[in-house]
Amino acid sequence: MSERLLTVKNLQIEGFADDAWKPIVNGIDLHLDRGEVLGLIGESGAGKSTIGIATMGYTRPGCRIVGGSIDFDGVPILTQTAEQIREVRGVKISYVAQSAAASFNPAHKLIEQYTETPVQHGVLKYQQAAQNARMIYARLELPDPDKIGNRYPHQVSGGQLQRAMVAMAMSCEPDMIIFDEPTTALDVTTQIEVLAAIKDVVKQFNTAAIYITHDLAVVVQLADRIMVLRYGDLVEESDTRSMLESPKEEYTRKLLAVRTFAKNPEPETKEEHSLIEVSDLHAAYGGGIKVLDDINLSIERCRTVAVVGESGSGKSTLARAMTGLLPPMQGSIKYQGEELPRSFKNRTKDQLRQIQMIYQMPDVALNPRQKLRETIGRPLGFYFQMDGAEREQRVKELLEMIELPTNYIDRYTPELSGGQKQRVCIARALAAKPVVIICDEVTSALDQLVAEEILKLLDRLQKELNMTYLFITHDLATVKAIADEIVVMLKGRIVEHGPKEEVLVPPHHEYTELLLSSVPEMHPDWLDDVLASRSAVSA
Amino acid sequence: MRRFWNSFKRAGLPAHIGIVIILIYLIAAVFAPWLAPYGESEVVDPVPWASPSESGTLLGLDQLGRDLYTRVLYGARNTIALALGITCLAFFMGMVAGFFAATVGRWVDHLLSRCVDIIMAFPTLFFALIALSIFGTSIPVMVFVIATLDATRVYRISRALAMDINVMEYVEVARLRGEGLWWIMRREILPNTLTPLLAEFGLRFCFVFLFISSLSFLGIGIQPPAADWGAMVRENGVAITYGIFTPLVPAAAIAVLTIAVNLVVDWFLRKTAGLREEY
Repeated sequence: MSERLLTVKNLQIEGFADDAWKPIVNGIDLHLDRGEVLGLIGESGAGKSTIGIATMGYTRPGCRIVGGSIDFDGVPILTQTAEQIREVRGVKISYVAQSAAASFNPAHKLIEQYTETPVQHGVLKYQQAAQNARMIYARLELPDPDKIGNRYPHQVSGGQLQRAMVAMAMSCEPDMIIFDEPTTALDVTTQIEVLAAIKDVVKQFNTAAIYITHDLAVVVQLADRIMVLRYGDLVEESDTRSMLESPKEEYTRKLLAVRTFAKNPEPETKEEHSLIEVSDLHAAYGGGIKVLDDINLSIERCRTVAVVGESGSGKSTLARAMTGLLPPMQGSIKYQGEELPRSFKNRTKDQLRQIQMIYQMPDVALNPRQKLRETIGRPLGFYFQMDGAEREQRVKELLEMIELPTNYIDRYTPELSGGQKQRVCIARALAAKPVVIICDEVTSALDQLVAEEILKLLDRLQKELNMTYLFITHDLATVKAIADEIVVMLKGRIVEHGPKEEVLVPPHHEYTELLLSSVPEMHPDWLDDVLASRSAVSA
Repeated sequence: MRRFWNSFKRAGLPAHIGIVIILIYLIAAVFAPWLAPYGESEVVDPVPWASPSESGTLLGLDQLGRDLYTRVLYGARNTIALALGITCLAFFMGMVAGFFAATVGRWVDHLLSRCVDIIMAFPTLFFALIALSIFGTSIPVMVFVIATLDATRVYRISRALAMDINVMEYVEVARLRGEGLWWIMRREILPNTLTPLLAEFGLRFCFVFLFISSLSFLGIGIQPPAADWGAMVRENGVAITYGIFTPLVPAAAIAVLTIAVNLVVDWFLRKTAGLREEY
């Protein structure tokens, strides 16, 4: 059982950036036994993916391996020729990428792509491979395993595609699989299916695996041992249970403590009108299928309303309807008792100013060719006719407010980190002196520690400036942290709505229950417990 | 600016050569009256195609006995200034129309795009010949006709680029702020499309330049006695049968500038596409 499969010694990898080679991975030692699952965890830039794919002797363009040795089952990977490595890749080591949608060729059927590797390598004949495929599809509980292989990648759902990807990785019955954030792009309810599938096949085939993720709660479900990485260095390594019980390093403790932030609830305010009142709202794209169906919602001043739901539930569409980007087909949106025009084009400058929006991806929400001076300064000039020294002063105040150094005023946005960019987005929204800020998945593209800082910032700003937030997210941990009221959406409808204390405490609506129970918890038996309790219910 | 200088230092030999050549041409164009030993259409000696030794000039005389060196200098002035003017005008028209079509969309986009398609359906030289014979061969007409023709190509590129930028969230943010169309085109879209468009500018400049030369060669471009390289090749063309190199001088002037501009454009394209050499 404990036969050594992979030994990596003093692995050093450099990446090319700003005209110089800079170290990404600084001498990592790593080993893996047959049938063992190793979790690599860290924030973005920790070098975890780079290490993962380097064990296959591969680096991304712009990276190079400068030192160390990799020994896989007696084969020194780094000194092999390209031909020799081909014998190992796909057959003995395979790779599951984060985005299954981007990793499948959309022009070929699933089963064609499954059989390609074993047939190419001459491991199996086509018929045999196809038969195996159906078996594994069944094992991974894909619906209709005999026929699903004849579908194209776009004809199955995201979670199914990710499972098909896991199946594909198993096609040659490899000794080791590298899972690179395989569930990060999925909804919690789908994530749980994929996790269960991975756990099951890995155990069944006694496959070793390296599981790369930024989410500690996910990795503890699968991994026997965990390595915490940061900036290309090893922070801590130990087996899963002892790491959870007694983390040695400060950084690990921080990672474990993430998601414990919770704001103090805002007092309920009683005013004649709710700040925003949405009634009987129906909306659709291009007059087609309804994305929003009979939405009724009210937002009180200085409170945070969180809208949760899976992708496709219509939560982002709700934001678009409220900002007027997608004029609703029916229903009304009242702001301070006054009805807002449906399209933003017909709203007055002052109405536009009072409702600001922050987006999920700060990279595309900020113009890369503008300095912060203009990005943050423009709303000041546009709404308040500020210019010159006055405007400069105000931009600096806003930078201080979002905890960025004031000399950043001359930076272009691509010169900032992800968390800093999101702060700039917040500053830009604040510059307009809004009453309501709509936050559309503002933390989901960020690392957890960074995300938590953003949530704290938003909370502080709410208290200081009496902000009202509409918080759109799929992440229940965020909801627990920041919401005063929760709206649960499913397929364009609101299924549950109420103050946080009521929604999060049983009895739940069936769907809320499913959502809540799907959020991974920080103990290694969580997945098994949930699966056990669910099968008990269905049995 | 310093960043630009840094990237210029690393641009590589071809780009450096290109830039030096362009600078020489610009100096020649700007300072032509001071650099030239004679007047633009001054007859030095009424001996056609006198060789340098016979006439005592640098490059000899042309078909009417004018100094070739002087004519080439003045030709740089006329040809480059016109080409630059036309390219700028073409870019202005093409970019405004392209950005406008992309940001407004719907029927405006369709209307503009179909108009452009119609113009592009005609072979350019053919279209220019018709337009110039209808409106007469004057410089303003020529500038406008060539600029319009080139604007269609610029329109296509800038529309495609702007459509990519237009769906970005920062443009949406600007819209929601209540910004007008002109601001969105100028401040949000333009800066993000500038690099590929600049590369295109260099390329277009070459084409315009060659186009003027070919129109002059056909006799409907820049009218004599103004010096223009294309016209000079045509007027002196016969001399080549006598083994005289005179027509090759303006031809070489065209060729070298075209190559130089392309060297610089290549550098630009490489820089924008991120296609760096293997390390």
